[in-house]
Amino acid sequence: MPMTVQHSPSISLASLDQLWFQVAGTLCNLTCHHCFISCSPHNRSFGFLTLPAVKQRLEEARELGVKEYYFTGGEPFLNPQMTEILVATLRYGPATVLTNGTVWKDHWLEALHRAEQMSEYSLEFRVSIDGFSAQTNDPIRGEGTFDRILQGIQRLVEAGFIPIITATRTWPETSELEIVREFRKTLKKIGYTRPRLKILPALKIGAEAQRTRGYGPLDRVTTEMLDGYDLSQLVCHQSRIVTNRGVHVCPILIDAPDSLLGNSLQEAAVDFPLSHGACYTCFQYGSICTNPSSPSGSQKTPTPPPQSHA
Amino acid sequence: MPHRIACLGGIYSNHLALAQALRDITGRGVDQIVCLGDMGAFGPHPDQVFPLLAEYGVTCLQGNYDDSIGNALDDCQCGYTDERDNYFAQLSYDYTLDNTSDENRRFLRHLPPQLRTEIGPLRILFCHGSPRRVNEFLWQSTTSTAFLQRLAAEQKVDVIAATHTGIKWHRPLPEGRHFVNVGCLGRPENDGRKNVWYTMLEFRDGQLQVEFVPVEYDTHTLVQEMRHERLPDEFMETILSGWWTTCLEILPSKERQRGPH
Ligand code: SF4
Ligand code: SF4
Repeated sequence: MPMTVQHSPSISLASLDQLWFQVAGTLCNLTCHHCFISCSPHNRSFGFLTLPAVKQRLEEARELGVKEYYFTGGEPFLNPQMTEILVATLRYGPATVLTNGTVWKDHWLEALHRAEQMSEYSLEFRVSIDGFSAQTNDPIRGEGTFDRILQGIQRLVEAGFIPIITATRTWPETSELEIVREFRKTLKKIGYTRPRLKILPALKIGAEAQRTRGYGPLDRVTTEMLDGYDLSQLVCHQSRIVTNRGVHVCPILIDAPDSLLGNSLQEAAVDFPLSHGACYTCFQYGSICTNPSSPSGSQKTPTPPPQSHA
Repeated sequence: MPHRIACLGGIYSNHLALAQALRDITGRGVDQIVCLGDMGAFGPHPDQVFPLLAEYGVTCLQGNYDDSIGNALDDCQCGYTDERDNYFAQLSYDYTLDNTSDENRRFLRHLPPQLRTEIGPLRILFCHGSPRRVNEFLWQSTTSTAFLQRLAAEQKVDVIAATHTGIKWHRPLPEGRHFVNVGCLGRPENDGRKNVWYTMLEFRDGQLQVEFVPVEYDTHTLVQEMRHERLPDEFMETILSGWWTTCLEILPSKERQRGPH
């Protein structure tokens, strides 16, 4: 069988460890400039996943020994069944939800905290922001969103969670210490005294821009490039994602027709040619999707001076 | 066929806790003592644990730290991304590498990564992180039962014993299988208590019994040695308070919620 016209190398699914759910389809209350699947209040190209649909996948996943579950969108909490879906998932395994932090209601959070307390598994919230100020965040995420995100974080903390705040680096590295210290102070004021911060390199912003801008013909992964490369850096090596259309290779490519691999998790456990421009970005920067407690490969940042947790 | 196996996880140069645990184990009587790796890190005078391991005939496996120190790699392979965690990890790694003798480094370099044996009629696999990767974290709150069942089936064993996270836990699996994280001797497990833990596995009454055994040791002397070696105050605070002050990034939500930091 010819692989692809570019003779892209294929990757096998080594082990289905993480199962993702495109639980809110492409629907989002925000319209971030860098959103790589162009989610918006009007983008209905992918629909919500229903509770029964998720439950059916959880049963399939249990048979296959999936380790953990991730929920993304769009904005997951626009799905009216989101709380029930997470409560159901916590009976199967750990759950992580990637959210913009601007739409939940207090009673959902209370119910979710109770569910986490009763479960043996963790429920992780990952809230994304662009930089640590309205000046850097709002031009990308929308007017007034920085303050709304902070309020969202405050409500999570009040409900008993310790969310992971994922921030893209929008400042020069030389001023990082001071900027992070300021942001910790801001968070302390709203009651978040031990924030879990994950700073993504500025490169990743470029990466997102590149994903939407399109790639040159040379921006492709080749067989030679994979020589000696740690494939576990790539999400597609140990994950699949469920949308309302079926099972796709990874969360990044769901818009691409060839990303849809089958109707069942088992059908989707096939090799995939790394023929997309986005694959080249993954190859360069590694996975940015999983939690620090279950890293894919080992991403290293240079050693800086110590920072206080205070 | 062994029926009673004592398991030691992450020693992190805590020779005082190791000596105390080994005395305790010998007093109780066992068929075998297995150390699941990470002899160095965190504590003072890394060379002091090796004579103890030899004296008591401990079967040792290679952890990620042992691989790094043995082969003089650049870092411990824990994969921290948080800058503060990375800073402390590197500091303790450089100290451990500088203070481990060539002979002990050779010993670490040649340790096997896994051990397969039997406990009673059960097939058991000892490893450091997970059966498939030496530095994979298997936390109680982020590891599904289905996944552990798959690992045990793939490995064709009834019991998997691992360490690496520094916090002990046990989960019985369907079909009479078990997963045990044996915890660690090197530092307390972020529960506000100063003691550390080893794990006793025994096949008794037709099934596997898992007992986590607390070890009280002379923390005062350990901290004095750490201070003398100019190890960070943050590490000493952990020994004296029972709460982690570094490496917090890797803790999942539930494990992290238990501590104050
Ligand atoms: S919040 Fe997330 S899903 Fe919504 S538009 Fe922004 S990047 Fe896309
Ligand atoms: S975009 Fe990334 S995760 Fe998706 S198939 Fe390509 S390399 Fe794999």
